[in-house]
Amino acid sequence: MKLLLEGRVIWEGHVEGEALATRQPISFYGGVDPETGRIIEKGHELEGVSISDKILVFPYGKGSTVGSYILLRLKKRGLAPRAIINQKCEPIIAVGVIIAEIPCVDLIDVGRISTGDILRIDGPRVEIWKRMPKP
Amino acid sequence: MYLTSLEERMLAGEYGYAAQKAMEILVALGKIYDAERMIEIRSAQISGVSYSNLGEEGLEFLLKLAEDGRVRVPTTLNPCGMDLEEWREMSVPEDFAEKQLRVIEAYQRLGVEPTLTCTPYLAGNMPGFGDHVAWSESSAVIYVNSVIGARTNREGGPSALAAAIAGRTPLYGLHLDEARRPTIIVRAPRISGELDASALGYHVGRIIMSGVPLFTGLGAVSRDQLKALGAGLASSGGIALFHVEGITPEAHMYSREHVEDVIEVTESDLRDEVEMLDEGFDDPDLIFIGCPHASIEELTEVYLLLGGRRVSRRFWIFASKTVRAQAERIGLLAKLEALGVRVYCDTCPIVAPLKRLGFKNVLTNSMKAAYYLRNLHDVRVRLKPLQGLVEDAVR
Repeated sequence: MKLLLEGRVIWEGHVEGEALATRQPISFYGGVDPETGRIIEKGHELEGVSISDKILVFPYGKGSTVGSYILLRLKKRGLAPRAIINQKCEPIIAVGVIIAEIPCVDLIDVGRISTGDILRIDGPRVEIWKRMPKP
Repeated sequence: MYLTSLEERMLAGEYGYAAQKAMEILVALGKIYDAERMIEIRSAQISGVSYSNLGEEGLEFLLKLAEDGRVRVPTTLNPCGMDLEEWREMSVPEDFAEKQLRVIEAYQRLGVEPTLTCTPYLAGNMPGFGDHVAWSESSAVIYVNSVIGARTNREGGPSALAAAIAGRTPLYGLHLDEARRPTIIVRAPRISGELDASALGYHVGRIIMSGVPLFTGLGAVSRDQLKALGAGLASSGGIALFHVEGITPEAHMYSREHVEDVIEVTESDLRDEVEMLDEGFDDPDLIFIGCPHASIEELTEVYLLLGGRRVSRRFWIFASKTVRAQAERIGLLAKLEALGVRVYCDTCPIVAPLKRLGFKNVLTNSMKAAYYLRNLHDVRVRLKPLQGLVEDAVR
């Protein structure tokens, strides 16, 4: 099954990859380890999961504005997500993806994307191939 | 979003990498907040100075911006992890110091003044009423909006830097009258001293979490109390603007038709608020004031309360270099030092590597400091009014 959604470009990109999706906001400062690319926020539903090379799908960022620099650090170490999709992008993520040059689209209904879906981002357009349900 | 031809050219890269990156950030923010256009700014204040947060990659980014970028407006810098001159005496580790100095040098190459204070308004970066600025550092943002009546959103370090390099910021939020009208009236008790003001701010911030409070019933309050009140509001509630009836410059400017709620705060609310963060011990190994950085009036107050008595515990005051120089000129610094008090600049206990300095039990008069020290540094905190700090110090 293929879905097509259209959002707004925060940093333009044309990439394809596997979705890692959460309904919970993400704090990059204190919530993501810049040395490993894993989510370390206690009690987060993705705690312990690596965001590296995934298309990371979450509603919006939270926490300290230092989080923008964490995105940059991840990118320079090759640990950043391949792209970011937000419901509503806020300044921490927006500034982070611009200085790190990570493709980012927002105003997307992130509830329609699940972990494991294959996504193709083409400017503001997001194509979604839903993961096949397990038999 | 409307861009002038200069802004278009900066965005297209005609003014180099730094100006282009800055405009990309500002245009994205303008898009997110539906700004119609940019507004030129008069000054900027930048947070994000600590090497432990920036990392090597953040430092590289600053150096890359500095290759062809310069700030277009007077720009000042938040505190870093140590006193630039006296870090050895503070027992700051050598490796930490070396990395911290590289960050400051990178900012200087961008034309940023290494003021290293959270009170730029006490250190020469003093906008006028109605000026548009782009400031980060939550306690400075709320002070400049509320007490001075200049206009800034609550910028982060990188967005304030972008605004400084481009000389402009997207016109939205607190730059516009609509967002500056009071949304909640706070009937407050009379307060005395900075701890009361700090507790009032912390309490109200925690309860309302957003909006613009208008305080009534406060009576006469000092500039230092307004500083403490704002820092409290900003640290617990992320508030960026408040008004005080009869005191702050915009308190009378707007109609109250947007007020949605009225709350009443009592003296016992303030005591309860202090008790929530106060861990009650009797043997502090560090007593300090200066969160936010202390003013010359606060230094004078410490001297008067000491009344010639020497401190028998470590008593540190954190202030800007400007205030320290003022104190030196009027002979106050020498008098304080003679009584054992140290005045440090460029840093504060929140951003210094406090645990590596070996402190466990800290006594102060700032709710903001107490909140961050407990969460970030895992030290125990006691809260008392300034008089109590001084009495414990000489005991």
